[in-house]
Order: sequence, then C-alpha cells, then structure tokens
Amino acid sequence: MGKERVAVVGIGQTKHQATYDGSIATLVREAAERALDDARMGWSDIDAVVIGKAPDFFEGVMMPELYLADALGATGKPMFRVHTAGSVGGSTAIVAQDLIAAGIHERVLTVAFEKQSESEAMWALSLPIPFQPPMHAGAGGYFAPHVRAYIRRSGAPDHIGILVALKDRLNALKNPYAHLHEHGITFESVKDSIMLWDPIRYSETCPSSDGACAMVLTNEKGGDEAAAQGRPPAWVLGTAFRSEPTMFAGRDQVNPRGGQDCARDVYAQAGITDPRRDIDVAEIYVPFSWFEPMWLENLHFAAEGEGWKLVEAGVTQMDGDLPVNCSGGVLSSNPIGASGMLRFAEAAMQVRGQCGEHQIDGVRKALGHAYGGGSQFFAMWVVGTEKP
Amino acid sequence: MRDVAIISFAQTQHRRAVRELNEVEMLMPVLVDVVAKAGITKDRIDFVCSGSADYLAGMAFSFVMTLDGVGPWPPISESHVDMDGAWALYEAWVKMQMGDVDVALVYSYGKSSPGNLRRVLTRQLDPYYLAPMWPDPVSLAALQARAALDAGVVTETEMAEVVAASRRAALSNPSAQLRGEVEASSLLSEEYFVAPLRRHDCPPISDGAAAVILAADDVARQLCERPAWIRGIDHRIEPHSLGVRDLTRSVSTEQAATHAGVDKDKIDLAELHAPFSHQEVILRRALGLGDEVAVNPSGGALAANPIMAAGLIRLGEAATRITCGAADRAVAHATSGPCLQQNLVCVLEGE
Repeated sequence: MGKERVAVVGIGQTKHQATYDGSIATLVREAAERALDDARMGWSDIDAVVIGKAPDFFEGVMMPELYLADALGATGKPMFRVHTAGSVGGSTAIVAQDLIAAGIHERVLTVAFEKQSESEAMWALSLPIPFQPPMHAGAGGYFAPHVRAYIRRSGAPDHIGILVALKDRLNALKNPYAHLHEHGITFESVKDSIMLWDPIRYSETCPSSDGACAMVLTNEKGGDEAAAQGRPPAWVLGTAFRSEPTMFAGRDQVNPRGGQDCARDVYAQAGITDPRRDIDVAEIYVPFSWFEPMWLENLHFAAEGEGWKLVEAGVTQMDGDLPVNCSGGVLSSNPIGASGMLRFAEAAMQVRGQCGEHQIDGVRKALGHAYGGGSQFFAMWVVGTEKP
Repeated sequence: MRDVAIISFAQTQHRRAVRELNEVEMLMPVLVDVVAKAGITKDRIDFVCSGSADYLAGMAFSFVMTLDGVGPWPPISESHVDMDGAWALYEAWVKMQMGDVDVALVYSYGKSSPGNLRRVLTRQLDPYYLAPMWPDPVSLAALQARAALDAGVVTETEMAEVVAASRRAALSNPSAQLRGEVEASSLLSEEYFVAPLRRHDCPPISDGAAAVILAADDVARQLCERPAWIRGIDHRIEPHSLGVRDLTRSVSTEQAATHAGVDKDKIDLAELHAPFSHQEVILRRALGLGDEVAVNPSGGALAANPIMAAGLIRLGEAATRITCGAADRAVAHATSGPCLQQNLVCVLEGE
C-alpha cells in the first residue's frame, strides 16, 4: 500500500453528453476546476498532474497531454500520461495515488477524458492491421460472443440484461451529470429496442459520450485538514491492477482470471473478507448490460453462474443490499477514457456523501472497478470513511 | 527514497525499417535478452510497465498486442504509458518506492517505418491551432535552431561537431544505425535540409525496442555486481505553444535537473536524448555539463532514434557504463514533444 495514506479530497466531472460544445482543453479544465473547487484548492496547490485517456485515435490527437499541459496548469510540474485501454481511468487514478503513497508528492490532480464527438471510436477500433483479426464492429461485436457464452453457461434468462439496462438508466435520472436521461424508459421499451449484436440490444449498450472526470488526491495531512473543515475525505484502502494476454487459449474471457485476482488483491488490502457483506456500494464498469451479472461473479459478489440471480432478485438496485452503479454507470455515460475514473470517483463520492439523489445512506466502503481491452485489463480500488 | 537500480538493459539493433517483423516479434528477443542478462526468470518480476504510441503503429491499442510478448500468465500487475519508456521506468520506480515490488520490467518500442513520420508527428500538436497547418518536427526544430543560432547559444560549427562526435562514438555501438569517421568541416559543406538544419543535424528514422530490469535494495545487490543506482529522477513539462517558450533554453530540463540533484556531485558521463544536434548544446547548458563530461558515448539519438524507446535507451546506456565500471556518476535524459517540451532527468551512480 505504500508509506503514506492517501485521501480523495476533491472530485469533479462534466455533464456527459453526445457533443460537448468546446475544445478538449475546455473539457478537461472544466472537470479539473470542479475538483479543485471541491478540494478548496487552486492550481498552484497541485504538485503533479496525471492524465489518462483511451486510444489517441478516438480524438485524432497523438499524445494530447502535451497540448493539454497549459490547460491543466501543469507547466513547470511533472505531467504523466497513462493509457491502459478501457481500464485507463482507473489505472490513472492508481498511478496518481501511487505518487502520494510513495511519498513523492503531497497533492496530485488526476484527470481522465474522452471526446468521442471528435472522431468515431467504433471505426478507430476497426483499423485494418496486417496479421491481426479485424474487429470491424467495435467493442459490441467483440463482446457479444462473451455474453452468449455467459448465458449458455449460467442458464440466465433473456430478461436479465434488460433489467440491468432499465435499472442503470433509471438511476441515471438521479444523476445530473449522466449523459442519458430517458424519462420514458420501460422494461418493454428496452426489450423492443433494436438488436445490435445478439444478444445485446440498442438500449443495453453504452452511449458515445464527451466527458471528463477529475480528482484531487492528498496525503494523510491533507485528508485530515479536509475532515477538520467538515469535508470528509474518502480514504484509499486498496488499489490493484492486473493484465492478461489477448491471444492465449487458456484464457476465460467470460470470467477472466485477471479480474478475479485483481479483486482478491484489492479486498485483501482493504481488509475485506466477504465482499458481499463488507462492501456497501459498487461502481462497476458495465458497458453492455450483461456485464453486470458477469462481473458480480468475477468480483466474488456471487458464485459462478449465480450473478444473474442477484440481478433478478433486485440486490443491485438502489434499495437492494448491494447497490451497483447508482450513478447510472457506463450504460448511461461513456466518455471511454474517463469511464473508469468515473467509477472510482463515484465510489469516493458515495463514501463522502456527495451523491445527492443517487446517494446510498451510510456507505462505509465502496468499490470502484474498471476493465478494458478484450476483458484483459483490470483496475480497482476500495475507498472508505475510515483510515486504513 | 528506497534504493532502486537498473541491473539489466537490452535493445534491438535499430534499423530504418524492420519490415519482416511485427512489433511483438521485434520486441520479443529484447525481452528474452534483458531477463537473461539480469540472471533471473520471468516469475521474479513483480511489476511490468511499458511505453509506446498508438500513432506509430497506426492502430488503437497497439500495446495490447505487445503485452502478449511478456507472456502475462498467470495475470500480472502491469501498466502502460503513452510516453517514452523513460516515463514507464519512472512509473515502475514509483511503484518500487512503496515497498511491495522488488523487481520490475520496463520496455518500450517504436516502429516508425510503416508511416510518414514527419506527417504522423504533426498529429502531436494542438489540434485546433497548430495541427491543421501540419508543421512537422524537423521544421519546428529548425525554428528552434534558428533561435539558438541568433541568440549565440550555438554555432553551426558546434552543431556539426556534435554530429561528428555522435558518428564516431557510434562506431563502438553495435545497436547504432548511423556511424562513421566524419569531419565537422565536411559536414558543414553539405546543403541545408530545412535551414539551418542539414540532414545530418536531424535524427535518423528508426525501428527499435529497448528494455530494462529494475531491482531494489539487496535484491539488486544479489543480482548485479555493480548496480546503477537511481539517486534522483524527475520530469517536468513546459507550455505547448512555442510562442510562449524561450526555445534557446530548456527550462523543464533545468527544473528536472534540480529536483533530480544533478549538481550535488561531479558528473562523469551524460546520455542526452537530443534528436537534433543543436538540442544537445541546449541540454548541456540546461544540465550545467562542462567539457570534462563525456556526452553520448553511445552516439545518442543522432545515431539511432526509435521513437518511444530512444529516451529509455539513454537510461540503459548510462546504466551500462556504470555497471561495467567506466563511470561512477552519470546523468541520463529523455525528451518528448516538439522542441524539447517535456524532459526527464535521472542521476545514476555506482557504489
């Protein structure tokens, strides 16, 4: 875990939307300013900036952190760019927390973003590369076979995916920053939406969003000061990443070992022996609805093949005993590079009691989760109200 | 800070175009080599970090494929930066400061040959105000060289001498792409390429990869007779817009050097990531290096410049000279962005 305790003392995000009316610099600066305001800090208080985003082809800017140094007040400071596929928002937060945990910096600003309207992510993922199997249909076409394998193995009924989509979109109505606010959504409307990549329907799919998320992390002193001023921090209780190969016959893409190992690692750090009991709320990276039951199993909240039963029983609803994605999740906002950091940030917001209408009462420990690549990159953290 | 050292370094023989191999195949022998040189097996590695840029490969997630070259099974703790491998090394060093990681693998690679590199690198610029004009890195470096010449920071003769020294040093570097005995005076008789830069003032376009093994404390001492200890490492960035920077200085290198403690003791040797000849002169000044310091005994980036790996190679080359006893205290430098926008400085010492 490191030498220094790490506290989340500032969180900001933009209103996620199809087309953000401004530059990339404006987008990231808006999120960063909100995080600084929340932390009662100014640009000069920050020692270093850690930024993350998904592939540069998504905006058509190579290494955009170079251009964003000015907008993020990073000049004269260390600026670091992380890129670990869809898990990047989570990985970025972990790299930022490491700088404090290692005792190198005291106050670090971390930012993640995507501006999907600048380009077309689906086709950016489908560039024809010699000697490699073409995707030609973006992430949905890639993951649909994994979902089908899950359904076949677990015997889950068809409506589970619909229930997850309906829950997340209804939760999003309580989150002013969520991209999709579908007031008229019903079980029937999700069920009747067009089938994109069987068994994934249009309404069971994440949107393409512009958005950014930012956090200010500090050492123990900074966390104590925030607490003394009546702004409770979220303490980082554990962080972990795991990666596994793309091309390996021994992989299980439905319940990847990398995710299982990552979860065990982060739970052990956070003193969690029974995640279902010890974690009060979880923000899990669910870009297609069926990934909720799949990840519930992968994260050891349910036995293998049982995740869908938690969904069906309403356990993951806001009034269930393990609320999942109260923010509306990736299914309601997907600025890809920021989506992982939003999961980490929303977990911290639940701990800090900042969530407004989608706040769960009495959260003491929360999980933030992100994954990426072909279900092969994982980043997780557990945050809590009490110091580790 | 916890003592962390570079204990092993490996690189490809850099070439203008590695056409017959994909990136994984180009990288694999380097990974095998660096692990073997460290005298360890893969299972001793606690953390892996890599650096690369999707734009060189022309695909999203190119690093996802090269990770397969590491053989990450069972799943590993791993991260990737869209930066030169020198910054991947920085991330690994940070991880090692926390105490749980004793051995780390760092690698980076760049295959520039599939695209038109000068055009590709224009995509690195401000997308609204600069990139639409497609100013390429050679032209931007030429602006910087002109500013440095006008300010009297450098002369064309000094630039030619930097190139001649690089070519001569590279004679003893089997990984170098360009080497030879050339006189500065004959270089000066060549025509301008993008004035005031002649073709030899610019780096070659290279395909290549590099890897480093880091080890901490007693693990480093067990694995290596003379580890190259990282005594200070820091990196800083400057504004992106060239118009608000003094291009004749490298302010961020000066800042990083101060934080890394370059001036705490005598420096024997420097490996500077100066892709253009005039930049070596600017960097020497920024680091306060006198004539007694051996600069770029490998030939530097003018001898081979595999983008995304060229910075990590500077750290590896400097460490190798400490490990073999040729130097006691060295400074290694890496850069990124147009006209030295972002710089990393690392001080390495033998015991």
